[in-house]
Amino acid sequence: MNAPNPPLRVLIVDDEAPARLRLRDVLADCSAELPVDIVGEAENGLDALNQVQQQPVDAVLLDIRMPGMDGLECAAHLNRMTAPPAIIFSTAYDAYACQAFDLNAVDYLLKPVRVDRLVRALSRAHRLNSVALDQLREAHPKARTHLSVNEKGRIVLIPVEDILYLKAELKYVTVCTAAREFLIEESLTRLESEFGEAFLRIHRNCLVASARIREIGKLPGEDDGHFLRLDGLEERLMVSRRQYSALRDKLKSL
Amino acid sequence: MKRKNHNNRQVELPNFCHLGVSLRIALTVEAALVAGVVARVPDAPAFWTEFIALSALAQPALLLTLLALCAAGRWLRSQPYRLGVGATLVLGMAVPVLATLWMGPLLAGSVQIPLGGVSLFALLIGAGLLAYFNLRARALSPAITEARLQALQARIRPHFLFNSLNAVLSLVRSDPRRAEHALENMADLFRALMGNASQLAPLEDEVALTRAYLELEQLRLGDRLQVAWHIKKMPGDALIPPLVIQPLVENAVYHGIEPQPGGGEISLNIYRSADKVHIVVRNPIATDPGHHKGNRIALANIRERLLLHFDLDAQLKLEPLGAVYQVHIVIPYTRERTQPSAARPHRR
Repeated sequence: MNAPNPPLRVLIVDDEAPARLRLRDVLADCSAELPVDIVGEAENGLDALNQVQQQPVDAVLLDIRMPGMDGLECAAHLNRMTAPPAIIFSTAYDAYACQAFDLNAVDYLLKPVRVDRLVRALSRAHRLNSVALDQLREAHPKARTHLSVNEKGRIVLIPVEDILYLKAELKYVTVCTAAREFLIEESLTRLESEFGEAFLRIHRNCLVASARIREIGKLPGEDDGHFLRLDGLEERLMVSRRQYSALRDKLKSL
Repeated sequence: MKRKNHNNRQVELPNFCHLGVSLRIALTVEAALVAGVVARVPDAPAFWTEFIALSALAQPALLLTLLALCAAGRWLRSQPYRLGVGATLVLGMAVPVLATLWMGPLLAGSVQIPLGGVSLFALLIGAGLLAYFNLRARALSPAITEARLQALQARIRPHFLFNSLNAVLSLVRSDPRRAEHALENMADLFRALMGNASQLAPLEDEVALTRAYLELEQLRLGDRLQVAWHIKKMPGDALIPPLVIQPLVENAVYHGIEPQPGGGEISLNIYRSADKVHIVVRNPIATDPGHHKGNRIALANIRERLLLHFDLDAQLKLEPLGAVYQVHIVIPYTRERTQPSAARPHRR
């Protein structure tokens, strides 16, 4: 019946080699029911993103707990693609995540994976709903290692440690690194709560990387305004009067 | 059988050589001295004169009493409890009285110290302390201690269990022998986890268990997990509470190795120095910011078990050394005395 269907192109993502091997075995076992073409294996989120952009992938079997970029963050970046692959999470044990998955009707597999579970998940695999993904990430609050933007169909990753400041402008947030600027569609308040101490608010519309702060100075003139300079940035950023004392206290405590 | 005897055991005299016991005696005596002086003198300057004068006699007497109790400890403890209590009280009175007789003339003039007062003071303090130690021994009676130890028994992380099962499954087809070996390791590990947590076990058994655990982790993590063992000077026969090293190493893997893409090295250093056994576990500190919770629980658990077994004679120190996190445990070196443990299952 499903003979004319081309095989499903699957990418396996897990940091543990035996876990990837096991998935290969189980996928081979279900080839009669569901023809699958394993297009590659990745051992972390970054590697997975790279591979998905090199070749067409229909579904990604994505481990949640991985060093570096974890599965949930990887899924968030994958979802910026114009036509993202279906995502099926896998986890050995994670009571909170599983609860969140069940609530949001997200496909997931528990390791060790059974053949029938895998077939069922793959045969109804669909792209991840972005609202559901946001809720998953709230259940698992962990700061991202990268921000991402879709530029002409490609996912561009911005390592968080490269960011100098984030500035809200109308609907967008400008992300400024030493090399260039990006526009992302996120809210500054959420970025602030996600990254905590790593970024400090100096103005209603601006967060700066706390590790990059070089100096805070007083503007000349009788107006008691202050400016701030960052490593690797020529321009001076304005510090609002409201944020100045809070900023000074935070810098002292850091 | 053995356990039952253990439960019905009579209350024993404390081991007077243990730091915790000596410290409790010394502090009580000092507090009583201060209270006594405060009751006798009207103002602060008089307090100091009186206290210093009294201390000249009381401190050496206290020290000598502690030494005598420690020296006679083994004999006192081998007597029936009532007799032991009587002998302890006599000793506790005799030493201060003799010290007063000997040193009294040297201190003549400063304070008049009646022998009767010294004996009464020693008797009251001695009786009070023995009553306290009796109550404490009952509170920490084997049944209660055992229940607490069982409750504190280390539990394996479910995350580790399922990942290990998954790793074993992956080997079943490609490398059945390694799969067998891994399952044997898991069996050893779970036997220990479900075993009796209240009895001390030889250090070498705990090391074998830790090795079995690390082999399982190495199966999953491959080259990311490097282990350096420094156990040439380890006293294999030293007795330690079960599951002290393995959970420490599990923590080290969970917090120091797993979150790092490149992995890292865990080092275990176990040696004996005088009458102490040192266990040092080091792991790299993960740079991953979202990954540092849950560490304290396992450590608090181990610390409480060490306290139940060794009172103040054991220590657990946490030492972040730059990029390395170190846990250092010191326990007294004790060996199995008489009964060889026939019941304990053999471990590789």
